[in-house]
Amino acid sequence: MSGRVLVGVKRVIDYAVKIRVKPDNSSVVTDGVKHSMNPFCEIAVEEAVKMKEKKIIKEVVVVSCGPQQAQETIRTALAMGADRGIHVEVTGKDYEQLGPLQVSKIMAALAKKEDAQLIILGKQAIDDDCNQTGQMTAALLDWPQGTFASELTMEGDKIKVVREIDGGLETVKINTPAVITADLRLNTPRYATLPNIMKAKKKKIANLKPADLEVDITSRLEVLRVDEPPQREAGVKVETVDDLVARLKEAGRI
Amino acid sequence: MAALFKARKALGLCLSGCRGFSALAELPETHQLLRQTCRDFADRELTPIAGKLDKEHAFPKKQIQDLGAMGVMAMEVPEELGGAGMDYLAYSLAMEEISRGCASTGVVVSVNNSLYIGPILKNGTEEQKQQWITPFTTGEKVGCFGLSEPGNGSDAGAASTVARQDGEDWVLNGTKAWITNSWDASATIVFATTDKKLKHKGISAFLIPMPHPGLSLGKKEDKLGIRASSTANIIMEDCRIPLGNMLGPRGAGFKIAMQTLDSGRIGIAAQALGIAQASLDCAADYALKRCAFGAPIGKLQAIQFKLADMGVAVESARLLTWKAAFLKDSNQPFTKEAAMAKLAASEAATFCSHQAIQVLGGMGYVTDMPAERHYRDARITEIYEGTSEIQRLVIAGQILKEYQ
Repeated sequence: MSGRVLVGVKRVIDYAVKIRVKPDNSSVVTDGVKHSMNPFCEIAVEEAVKMKEKKIIKEVVVVSCGPQQAQETIRTALAMGADRGIHVEVTGKDYEQLGPLQVSKIMAALAKKEDAQLIILGKQAIDDDCNQTGQMTAALLDWPQGTFASELTMEGDKIKVVREIDGGLETVKINTPAVITADLRLNTPRYATLPNIMKAKKKKIANLKPADLEVDITSRLEVLRVDEPPQREAGVKVETVDDLVARLKEAGRI
Repeated sequence: MAALFKARKALGLCLSGCRGFSALAELPETHQLLRQTCRDFADRELTPIAGKLDKEHAFPKKQIQDLGAMGVMAMEVPEELGGAGMDYLAYSLAMEEISRGCASTGVVVSVNNSLYIGPILKNGTEEQKQQWITPFTTGEKVGCFGLSEPGNGSDAGAASTVARQDGEDWVLNGTKAWITNSWDASATIVFATTDKKLKHKGISAFLIPMPHPGLSLGKKEDKLGIRASSTANIIMEDCRIPLGNMLGPRGAGFKIAMQTLDSGRIGIAAQALGIAQASLDCAADYALKRCAFGAPIGKLQAIQFKLADMGVAVESARLLTWKAAFLKDSNQPFTKEAAMAKLAASEAATFCSHQAIQVLGGMGYVTDMPAERHYRDARITEIYEGTSEIQRLVIAGQILKEYQ
C-alpha cells in the first residue's frame, strides 16, 4: 500500500477554556476565545505522520473546513509533519451550521479527488461530541471503517484495527481503502520541532470552496436553543436505607 | 554620494524598525506557532513537575532531552550544525514560555543557548563548532560558562584564573564560582588570564570538556531558588587542554565575555518575564476564586491596583525584551536595550512575585501554591548575568554616549 492519507483536523475551542453560552442562548461564545486543534485530530495527524516515517504511506494531506482561522490549524498539522494542506472555506452562517453530514460529504469528495487510500479522523470533536463524521464518510464512499482505533497494524493491503469498545477491545481486519477514527490511546502526539515549524511556512495550503467539490452544505438541522448544564446543587445526607428509598420515591425517581 | 548612502541607511533602519513595530502588535505566524508549541510543552510537561523539581533539587534531564528534540536547546544554531536556525525573537518567546512553566529549566536552556553555544557560534572555528556545538544541540549534553570567580563577579576584568602555555597544551589554574549547570554539564567555556600585564586585554577564552583531569567541581550550592539547576565552583588544578581549545584570538576573552553577556541578557530577561507572568497568572486566578467580604477579592480595588501594576510591569518589560531581540536580529546595536530589558524584566519578576504572595495572603506563603516558588526563583534574576547595578551602569554609559 502506497500513496496518500487524508487527515481531517477541526479547529475547536481549547479544552482548557471555560465555555460560556451567549446571552441569547443561540450558541456558545467564540469571539476572542482560545481555539486549538481538536485533541483527537492531533492523534490522527500523529498516526499519519508516523506511517509516513515508517514508509507505509507517501503523503499526508491535511484537510480543515471553516473560516480563515482554520488555516492556523492546518499549519499546526504541517508543523507536525504533514506534507500539504487543503482549506475548504466555509464562513458565516454556513460555518455555524456545519456538521458531520456536510463534512463527511466534503471528505468523501476530496478522497476521490486526491485518490486517497486512507482517511484518518479523530473519533469525535470535543465541541459537539458527534462521533459521526468518520462513519458517515465511510458510508458515502462505501469503504470499510475502523473506529475508536487504539492500535493500527498494516498487514499487506489490509489493516488490523484494535478498537476500544464498551466491553473491552475488539480486533478487526479491514480492506483498504478505509476510514479510521483515532481514539485516545492510539499514540501520543509529538510537539512540533522548531525546524518543522520553519518548514511548515513553505508547505502549500490549497483553498477550495464546497461548491468546487460539488458538495451541497445546506444543513438539515436547526439549533433551537443552547443552555448551560444545570448548576450542581448540594446533596442531602440520609441516616438509613429506608430514608433513602422514601426520598427517592418522593422525588419520583423510583 | 555620501548623502545618498546616509539616506539609504536611514531608510533601511527605518524599515526594519517599522517591521519591528508592526510585529510588536502581532507576531509573525511562525513565531506565534512556536510560542504556542512552547506554551503547550510548558503547561503539560513542566508546570506539573516544577514544584517537585524544586523540592528535590532535581535536574530536569528528560525535559531537557525533549526540548533538545524540539530544537529549543540550540535555537540560534544553523540547521547544518543541528540547531533550529531561528532568530533571537523566537528564542525570547521560547524562553518566556518555558520559564513560565519552570524557571530552573529556563535557566538551563538559557545558559546552554546564550552563554555556552553563543560565543562558540560567534568566535569558534569550523572544527570547534562541529566538536563543541553539534553534540550540545540535542539536549543530551549541556554546557556552561565560567567567568565569575570567588574574588570577582561584577569585576570581571580581574580574573585571577591563569593559563600558561606548556608545549602543545594550555595549563589552567584557578577557581570559577557560581557556575550554572556545572554538575550536569559536558563542557565549559572558561576565561583565564594569559597575559597579566595586559590586564583585561590579557584574558582569553578556553573550551574544556567535562569531566576532565585537573578539573573538579565544588559542592552544589544550596540556593534560595532555581534549585533544579546545579550551581557550583569549577576548580582547575594544572588542568591541561590542547592549544586548539582556545576560543577566539589570544587576549580577546574579555571582549567575548562582554558580547556574550549582552545577548545572554535578552534570554535572562525572557526568563524573568516568564516568572513575572506566572506570578500574575497565579494572582489573577486566585483573585477570581477567593471570596472575602461577600465577593471574589478581584472586585476589590486594592487587589485590582496590584494586578494592574503587575500587568504594566510585565508588558513593558516584554516590549523592551522584544525590541532588544529585534535590534539584535537586524544586526543593529542592542547593548542599551538588552540591559534595559534585563533590568526591567528582573525587577518586574521580583515585583510581581512579591505582589502575588500578597494577593494570595497566607496561601502565598505555603508550598501548596506556586507563588512562593516564583518569589524565590525571581530573586536571582536581579543578580546573575549582570547585577541590576551593572545594568544601570551599562545603560547610563550608552545614554551618555548618545549625547557626546
